[in-house]
Formats: sequence, C-alpha cells, structure tokens
Amino acid sequence: MMVGDAAPPIVIEGLTNQFDEHKVHENLSLTVRRGEILGVVGGSGTGKSVLMRSIIGLQRPVAGHIHVFGQDIDEAPPAGAPDIRSRWGVLFQGGALFSTLTVAENIEVPLKEFYPDIAAQLAHEIACFKVMLSGLPQDATCKFPSELSGGMKKRAGLARALALDPELLFLDEPTAGLDPIGAAAFDNLIRELQATLGLTVFLITHDLDTLHTICDRVAVLADKRVIAVGTIAELMTSDHPWIQEYFGGPRGRAALASRPKPMDNPDQVAR
Amino acid sequence: MTADADFTIEKDPAFGFRLRLTGPVTVATVGSVDGRLRQIAATAQDLGAIDLSGVNSIDTIGAWVIWRLSRDTGADIVGGSVQAMQLIQAVSPSRGDARIVPPHVSVFIRAPEAVGRVMAELGVGSLGVLGFLGELIVAWLRAVRHPGRMRFTALFSQIELVGVDSLAIIGLMSFLIGIVIAQQGAVQLQQFGAQIYTINLTGRLSMRELGVLMTAIMVAGRSGSAFAAQIGTMKLTEEIDAMRTIGVSPMEALVLPRVMAAVFMLPLLGFYSSVIAIVGGATISALVLDIPFFTFLERIQEAVPLRDLYVGLIKGPVFGLIIAIAGCYQGMQVAGNSEEVGLRTTKAVVQAIFMVFVLDAFFAVFFTEVGWS
Repeated sequence: MMVGDAAPPIVIEGLTNQFDEHKVHENLSLTVRRGEILGVVGGSGTGKSVLMRSIIGLQRPVAGHIHVFGQDIDEAPPAGAPDIRSRWGVLFQGGALFSTLTVAENIEVPLKEFYPDIAAQLAHEIACFKVMLSGLPQDATCKFPSELSGGMKKRAGLARALALDPELLFLDEPTAGLDPIGAAAFDNLIRELQATLGLTVFLITHDLDTLHTICDRVAVLADKRVIAVGTIAELMTSDHPWIQEYFGGPRGRAALASRPKPMDNPDQVAR
Repeated sequence: MTADADFTIEKDPAFGFRLRLTGPVTVATVGSVDGRLRQIAATAQDLGAIDLSGVNSIDTIGAWVIWRLSRDTGADIVGGSVQAMQLIQAVSPSRGDARIVPPHVSVFIRAPEAVGRVMAELGVGSLGVLGFLGELIVAWLRAVRHPGRMRFTALFSQIELVGVDSLAIIGLMSFLIGIVIAQQGAVQLQQFGAQIYTINLTGRLSMRELGVLMTAIMVAGRSGSAFAAQIGTMKLTEEIDAMRTIGVSPMEALVLPRVMAAVFMLPLLGFYSSVIAIVGGATISALVLDIPFFTFLERIQEAVPLRDLYVGLIKGPVFGLIIAIAGCYQGMQVAGNSEEVGLRTTKAVVQAIFMVFVLDAFFAVFFTEVGWS
C-alpha cells in the first residue's frame, strides 16, 4: 500500500535466541516477501512463537539482525520515520483483548495511541466497520471479551490487529481451538482481507488445512533454523525426514486430498 | 508520505458541485479533513460527485470517510482507482453507528437490582457454606476413623506456611501493639495517679482480646487469601476436576489439611502474640515509665487471671476455622476466568475478618455474662 518501497517487509539474518543454556534458534535466516501469506510450521518447542516475538521486538535476540520495513528493530528508529509498530498488527494466540474494554474500545486503542487527531466519532465508525470486516455481528461492538466465545475473541483480536490498516499482519495459531467450520471460515476471512487490503501475513500454524488453502509459501522450522521455504509442492520434494513425515503423514495426506481444486472454485482463481 | 489530505470544491456543469480529494487519504492523514467533510455533509450542499483522481494512496479508513460522505450527500464517487473502489466496496456494508459501550442503566433501576442480587446471593451463599461445612465434617470424620487417609505431608506443610512462616511478622506486629497499649494507657492513667495499672491494662487486653484478634486478622490476610487464590487457580486449570476423576477427594487432599492447620495454629500464634505484646509493653515501660522490665513481667502474673488465657485459647481455633473455611470455600467457588480468582480472594479475606469481629463481640459478651470477666 505504501508507494515505492518494494523491499521485503521482513528480513532476518543470522538470528540466535537463547534461554540460559538452551539455544532455540541458531543462525536463522528468513525473508518474507511483500504481499504473501507465509505459513510457519515446526514441531512443538522449535521456537515458532519465539521467532514471532523476536520480529515484533518482544524478545531480544542474542545475535543477528532483524529488519522490518528496512529498519533494524533493535536500533532506535531514524528521526521522523513513522513508528513501525503502527505499520503492523499482531493477533496473539488467545486474542489478548484488554478485558476491561469493550470490543469497540479495544479496536480504538491503537487509533487513539498513534493518531490522536482522529475525532472520537470517526474512531467509533472505524471500530464499527472493522468489526464488520472481521466477520463479527454488529452487536458485538459493545460486548466485553468475557462475553465472547473463543472464536469471536480471535475475530475481535483480528479486528484490533487491523485497526490501523497495517501492511504486515502477524497471526499466532489463528485457527487453534476453533471447530473445523469456524477454522475454515477464519481461513477464508484471512484470504479475503489479504486480497482486499494487500497485506503481508506471517502466520504460525499447526493446521494443515490452513497451510494448504491460504498459504503462498511455507517456512519449516527445525534444528534451530529454517530448514526450507517454499510452496508445499516444493517442500514435498525435500528429503528431510521431518518434512516428509509432516506433509506425507496420514493427516498431511488427508489435508492434501481435501484441498479445493482451482477448477472447483472460480472465485479463488479470480483473485 | 509527509503530504496531507486536502480537498477543493468546484462547480461542474455535469454534476452541480464536484468535491476533489487530493493527497493520501489514509489513517495518518484523514484526521485533518474528517471534521470539514462532516460539515459539508451536514450543510446539505448540492454535491454531485466526489472525485478521487487526485488521491495517491488510500486505506480502509480513507475509504470509509469517502463512502460516508457519498452516503450522506448522495454524491457519486468518480475517478477512483480499482483498489479504492474495492476498499469502498468492502467497508460499505457497515452503518457505523453500532453501540460502543453497553447501554447505561439508570441508577434507580440499578440500585434496587444490586440490593436484590446481594440478598439473593446471601441466601444461596449461606446454604452453600452450610453444605461446604457438612462436606468438611464428613471428610474429617472419615479421616478420624481411618487415620491412614489423612494427608500428613500436606498438613505439616500447611502448618509451616500458616504458623512458622508468620512468626516474624506477627511478632513484630504484636511488639508494636504492646508498645502502643502501654504507652497510651499510661498517659491516661497518669491523670489519676494510677500509672501502675498500665501493667493490668497491657496484660489483660493482650491476653484476652488483642493477641488473638490481631493474629486472626494477620492470618486472614496472609493465609486465608493464599488458600482462596491457590484453590481458585487449581479450579481454573481443572486440577480439581482431574483429582475428582482419579478418585481423590479435594476436600480431603486440599481443604482438610488447610482447615486443620489453621485451627491448630491460630491459638498458638494468638498466645505467642499476647506474650510478645506484653514484652513490648514491658520494654516501653522500662524505657519511659520507670517500671523495671522484670517487675512488669512479675506483676503480670498477679494482674492477669488464668481464665484470660483460656478466653484467648478458646477463641483461637474458632477464628482459625472461620478463616480457613472462608478461604477454601471462596476458592472452590471460582469459575470462569482469572478475574474471578482476584474477586474471590478479596471476598474471602473480607468475609473472614468480618466474621471474626462478629464472633469476637459475641465472645466478649458471652464470657462476661458467664462471669469470666
């Protein structure tokens, strides 16, 4: 959406993360391309969430560089540059909504924080259409997080992540804990929003159906680094045992078999 | 990037008036034009078209503002890029006037409702506590009949937490209270030349009332809250459900050791507190009232009848029982979210302290009436 910077939104080089003696990442490198949905997979404990936390600056790496929109997140931003935090949105696993605020007030928090000159009435209107875009019913705006189901919390969290029309969206296991119908609807929603808003999406998931239906590329985390990045078809030619087992195992094959063929769904081709 | 959104209005033969937007119309820039555009919509100018050909970037927030203007004035949107039209299309189903906060209820409805709810909860709550007490007694009787079922490890670890670990803070508190009673009492008694009765005052007050009462408040704050928070958190993480399915009774494993620890420890701590309060009184008397330290302690023997000690020791276990039951009961009532743990913990402490004061007043009247004054 920003005109004239075609550089990749996220570039990670030589990242090392360590907790006490335990190395989570060692010399990890990854580039996320503009406008793609990148799925990040890996076994439990391979540091998918730690990787996301490093990129958004919640976890300080031991070594390596992370550039987001060409700016090193460990360094002070150059004077006059817009805060990179206003250019990304993050959906945490449980939604992480502020429990004392209603859904609409939650969405207004980043608006008020970064753009205080937006009038209260406009902020309310923005909250209303963000709620609508994220697929929640309009009467959800005045509800508190404790009154929402798990799936609705995730949608509300997504609405807050999208409040500033970010260029980059981080999703941490968006479909975990949703029923299959809700998960499929959430996948479609992400795909549609990505197409309409031109987002770049960094998506951590365990959900093989999500990987097959919406991800442009998949990055595989194993052995403390990214062992492969590519489309699922490319990954399946790899002979790494973990990748073979992941995509070639019973669940992987089932997800592949149920994948919508392009011919069945002309809508998807049109995009 | 630094450019701002702006617009001009010009006459156009085809449309009447044409509003031409220029610059980026995004979240960063729209704040400055939003108010003016709203005014134009309100003053009902004969606006025929909104021209987007001068807009070089747009996001959903800009699209919303444009769509709202078009909706309110009936103007057509012309000259927009494919992306702009797509975004406007995406936001257009929203009406933008949904409620932000739940409807406000008048205080005349809310106040009676709150009173009614409190009364109803009081009824249900008392029944609940009664049921809890019954369950506790059953668990206790079972433990008495089959001592092998008693969780001695848990009991001793709770005794350590409730009793041993609080010795330092209760000692310090009691010492300071002893100082206050003796010093303030002496100032008043001096007016009648009865300074020597400071010893009676300090000794009887701390043995009979203050020792065990202050200890109960401290234990309610320290251990009653911990009981509620621990059990409440275990309830949230479904540990208690897991126990039940394995056949372990949470009453036996969690509640009974805590209640017994509090019942055993409170009289001991209360006695300890009274003794330290007397030492505090003796210390300040030696320093400022010229009553030697050991004379003070000797006089205590004559001034404080043994039944004052009994009064304190009888009250102790009752207070302990109340504190532990309030903590464990509230902990077991936790359901839903983590906020509830905090609410229930507060409730446990408030209820425990309130009940301790009520019973203390009852005991004071009772013991005086039966002649133990």
